[in-house]
Amino acid sequence: MKGTDMAEAKRVERPLSPHLQIYRWHIPMLTSILTRITGHALVAGVLLGVWWLLAAATSDAYFAMADAVATSWFGDLVFTGSLWAVWYHYLAGLRHLYYDAGHGLDIPTAEKLGLICLIGSVVLTVITILLVQ
Amino acid sequence: MRYLTARKRAEGKGAAHTGTERHWSMTLTAVGLAFMVPAWLYIFGHALGGTREEVLATFARPFPAILTALVLVIGMRHFAMGAAGMIEDYLRGSARKMAVIFVTSLAWLIGATGIFALLKIAL
Repeated sequence: MKGTDMAEAKRVERPLSPHLQIYRWHIPMLTSILTRITGHALVAGVLLGVWWLLAAATSDAYFAMADAVATSWFGDLVFTGSLWAVWYHYLAGLRHLYYDAGHGLDIPTAEKLGLICLIGSVVLTVITILLVQ
Repeated sequence: MRYLTARKRAEGKGAAHTGTERHWSMTLTAVGLAFMVPAWLYIFGHALGGTREEVLATFARPFPAILTALVLVIGMRHFAMGAAGMIEDYLRGSARKMAVIFVTSLAWLIGATGIFALLKIAL
């Protein structure tokens, strides 16, 4: 088994991967990094939502101010963006659990699952908006 | 003859310097959130845009209040671990430590603020 040990101390000459910026974007790559981006961007929606809830708990005047922000075009933008982000992160998270169980790791399946995340998140966002209106 | 085992040489070389505990915690919180988030989105989306009385009435009810508390606490735990994971991928040294402290504090602050608001509304 000589030479197959992953923890081998000696350096092996391996081909260097090209710089990330010259890669053609493909679906698994895009959907993977979008999981991280949506997860972190969601903090904006959570901050606005918790502030709005705190204002509701505090006083009429404070709620009027926070509610004006939360229901303005800016609030709509943050909450609509967060809604898409949460659904995207949701579907990508389920895909992660599926991958972790050892399934769907071949390229055609991974690409299909990526497309499901991208399209499904938009569909679920529209359905949610229609449901809560 | 080498006395250092392959495992010993590999240990601590990972980005996080820990084992798989966080991965498992992320799995647990993810599964919990997967069950709760759809219902919570519906409740929150319905409450948003209502008058203050309507909002207070919604979050004073046990189901919305308990669900919101759970989504907040488990969501912020999930966020803190995910954010720490990202920071450990991209930053090193003191910047890494300060960034991890910042996101961990932010997660606790958001969680505590939300729970305070919920308690004030529901009790």
